[in-house]
This record gives sequence, structure tokens and C-alpha cells, in this order.
Amino acid sequence: MSAENQTPPVLEARALGKTLGGNRVLDAVSLSLPKGCVKVLIGPSGAGKSTLLQCLNFLIPPDSGTILLEGREVNGKSRRELCTLRQNVGMIFQDFNLFDHLSALENVRVALMKVKGMSKLDAGELALAELARVGLQDKAALYPASLSGGQKQRVAIARALAMDPKVMLLDEPTSALDPELIGEVLAVIRDLAQNGMTMIVATHQISFSASLADEFLFMEKGRVIESGSPAELLRRDSGSRTLAFCAKISELSGEGGEAEVLAPECRV
Amino acid sequence: MDFTVAYNAAREALPYMLGGVVWTVGLIVGAMLLGLALGVPLAVLQVYGPWPVRRAVGTYVWLFRGIPILVQMYIFYFGLLSWISALPLFSGLGLDSPFVAAVLVLGLTSSAYQSQIFRGAIQSLPAGQLKAARALGLTDPQAIRSIILPQALRLSIPAWSNEYSILLKDSALAFTIGVVEIMARMRSIASTTHEPVSMTFLAGIIFFVLTWVGVKALNHLESRVRIAGYTRQGAA
Ligand SMILES: Nc1ncnc2c1ncn2[C@@H]1O[C@H](COP(=O)(O)OP(=O)(O)OP(=O)(O)O)[C@@H](O)[C@H]1O
Ligand SMILES: [Mg+2]
Repeated sequence: MSAENQTPPVLEARALGKTLGGNRVLDAVSLSLPKGCVKVLIGPSGAGKSTLLQCLNFLIPPDSGTILLEGREVNGKSRRELCTLRQNVGMIFQDFNLFDHLSALENVRVALMKVKGMSKLDAGELALAELARVGLQDKAALYPASLSGGQKQRVAIARALAMDPKVMLLDEPTSALDPELIGEVLAVIRDLAQNGMTMIVATHQISFSASLADEFLFMEKGRVIESGSPAELLRRDSGSRTLAFCAKISELSGEGGEAEVLAPECRV
Repeated sequence: MDFTVAYNAAREALPYMLGGVVWTVGLIVGAMLLGLALGVPLAVLQVYGPWPVRRAVGTYVWLFRGIPILVQMYIFYFGLLSWISALPLFSGLGLDSPFVAAVLVLGLTSSAYQSQIFRGAIQSLPAGQLKAARALGLTDPQAIRSIILPQALRLSIPAWSNEYSILLKDSALAFTIGVVEIMARMRSIASTTHEPVSMTFLAGIIFFVLTWVGVKALNHLESRVRIAGYTRQGAA
């Protein structure tokens, strides 16, 4: 056994199950995120992607299955363990969820003070540095209502990064954005990936994610029905469900012939 | 009716009537603060508490909204508070005074109404606010204190201003148990001067001025805590 195999994945889910309103929304989903890997979750609407991501940090408590943070099982009933897990797992939402009554700086600062117990001064300094990292240091004093969608999502990313998470969960981070604002957010995400952040991203941005992802996970009806490297799944003769799905959404979004240009270099 | 006579009577009565303003304002401020201090935790418990707590809060609200203020004044003043202050432990604390009874009744009733204002505001916030706070590692009490309530309370101020003018009017019932506020003074001076109409007008004017001043002050408070570009989502 090499030393590498002994390091447990940063985050692991085993056989997660969730029933909502009589629907089997997650059906024994397992998933492992080794350090530095980027996984992409795709699948039709209602497949359970958001539910899966929110189960990973117990925003939605799973009915069954286990979550392991760096190899240690998390007890979802313990308030302390939950807070530790959530500090280590950053989350980005489709609709940003910035705190509307706080400025960009205060949005980033609040958890540093409340959760990490930092002083206002230290937290403010760190918050400013995180805003600078996403290119928004000059917007620090603005309230969410006066930021564009792309800026809001970058503030949300800075807010999550400030907690120094070990892994990031991104739930359709660009789906609520106007097309011309998607690029600035994708650039930040690409930057994160290239700096070795462990991530799982639910997205419909196929070509972008194919260029970053180590693995694609295709979900349908609460289960991961296909997984593999994007190169493998998106090869024109792969006959995969993933390829069929991606071809369909590229068609819909007008990214004509995207499947053909996909020959991504995969960082493994 | 001779207007000069009425005017002079009103002018003579003014200082005495204004003496009642202190009591009226004391009643309103006491009741609003008591209502606020109880209404916020009640609202939080009714939204986030376990179901038995939610039921208990619901019953409390229903009870205080259901029993007329006048009846409550009698229950508290002649009943509960006089019994309590007869106990050795509570004797000599002045709990049997009409003012205390009136503040309690107005405050508890207001807490029932205020809790529903705050509850509505909390529930109007997008669910993502709490989710995002939890996702950052805040505990629920932390999230409620730093994220939910600062927004919900801001959204509540317009409805809360309304509560002020309601309390102002309800406070006039305190004369029935002997608080010498504006109403009580109006009645006593009306009978001694035989100028009931002008005294009633005078009381009405004083109440109106108090309403106007209070609402202005609350509007000012609202603009002080307003946040650039932040308005209630979906509000017309
Ligand atoms: N509270 C709920 N009660 C009942 N059903 C729910 C609830 N929340 C989600 N669902 C159902 O669970 C399924 C999975 O939802 P989820 O949001 O996880 O899908 P998704 O893959 O993220 O879809 P999308 O691409 O539209 O975001 C859907 O069929 C949805 O209708
Ligand atoms: Mg979703």
C-alpha cells in the first residue's frame, strides 16, 4: 500500500438515501472526493443533484447512509460535529443566498467572527483579502442589492473560501446568471480547481466542466447511473447516457456541436 | 354652544389634561417594550420551536387576542395581581397598582400581536438565508440572532408603527381601573366643568398629536436602519 492510498478521501458519502414527500429522491448514493479532485454532477432536473449536495453537509439530513470527513464518520445529531463539518465544507448556491442586510465585506466577515471567533479587525482583514481574491475588493462596502449576479456569486465564493474549507460543494453556481456574467464566475471556479481545491459541482456547463473535471457523475432518479472521466464518457462513440444528455443540452443552449469539440485534457 | 366659553374651559383644563400624557406615554412605552421583549422570542419559538412549543405559543396568542382588553384589565387588577401581591413574597412591590396591571395587560396583548408581525416577517425571508448561515457553520441560535432577526425586525417596522397607534387607543381603557391618564382626566374634568364636548375634543386632539409624533418618530427609526436597496422581496 502506498502512502497515498492511506489518506482517506476528504469527503465521502456511503449509501445515502432520502425520501421527500414519498419520492425516493436519493437511492443509496455513494461518492468519494479524494483530495484535490474535481467531480461534476450532471443529470436532468429533479434527478436529486441539489438534494445530494445538501445531504453532504446535512442541510438536508439523509434518512440513511453515512458521511465521512477525512475518514471519520460524522454524527449528524451532534451539534458540534455538524458545525465542524460545515466549517470544512464550503457551499455555493444557485441563487447566491448572500445575507441581504450585510455589505459584501460583512457577508464574508460574519461567520469568521461568529464561528471562528476571530476579532472584528482580523476577520475584516481576511474578508478583504478574500474579496480581493475574487476581484471585488473595491465592492466591499456595497450591499447585495447593488451587486450584479456575477458579483454576488463571487462574494458568496469569497465568503465560503474565507472559512478555509477542505472541500467545496457548488450547486449550479452559474444557472441564475445572465450569459454575459457566467464567465467571471467560471474563471474564479477554474482558478480554485487549478489551485487544488477539492470540489463537487452540479452544473449544466458541460464544456467548461469537462475541461476541469476528473470525473463526471451522471444522476437520474436519485441514483448515479454513470461515472467516468469526461473524455471517456463524452467520446463520440461512447454510447453513454451522459453523451446523449450533454448533446441534448448543448443543442438547447445553442452551443451547437459542442460534443465534437470535447476532447478535454483530463487532469488526473 | 358658546365657543368662547368652550375654548376658555379647554384652555384652563389643558395643564391638567397634559398631566395625563405622562401616564398615557408611560403605558404605551411600557407596553410596547414588554410586547417587543416577549414578542420576538415568541415569534422565534413559533417558527423554529418543536411542535409542543409552537402549540403553546399559538394558544398564548389566541388567548390574548381573544379576551377583550377591558376584561383582562379587570382580571389582572381585581384578580391575579391583587392575589399575588397579597402573598408575603410579593407584598410591598406595588404590583397591585392600576398602572402595573394596565401595562401588563397592554404589554401581554401587544406581545401576542407583535409576535405575529415578527413571525410573518421571519417567514417572508427566503429559506436560503438560514441555509447559507448553517452552511457556514453558524448554529441555529447564531443564525437567528445575526442573520434572521436583523432582517425580520427591519421588515417589521411599518407594521410595528401601526401597533403604536393601536396601543395608544387601547391605553385609554386604563381609566376603567383607575390610571389617571388622559381619558380619566377628561371624564373627571368634564363633569366638574360641565363642558363635556370641549373636553372630549381636547382629549381627541391630544391623542391625535401623540399618534402623529409617535408615527413620525418610528418613520425616522425606519429610515435610520434602512439598508441601501434592501426592500422586502415581492412586496408590492
Ligand atoms: N421538500 C420536498 N418535498 C417533496 N419532494 C421534493 C422536495 N424537495 C425536492 N423534492 C423532489 O426531489 C427531487 C430531486 O430534487 P433536486 O432539487 O435534488 O433535483 P435536482 O437534480 O437538483 O434538479 P434541478 O436540476 O432542477 O436543480 C425532485 O423530483 C423534487 O421534486
Ligand atoms: Mg438543483
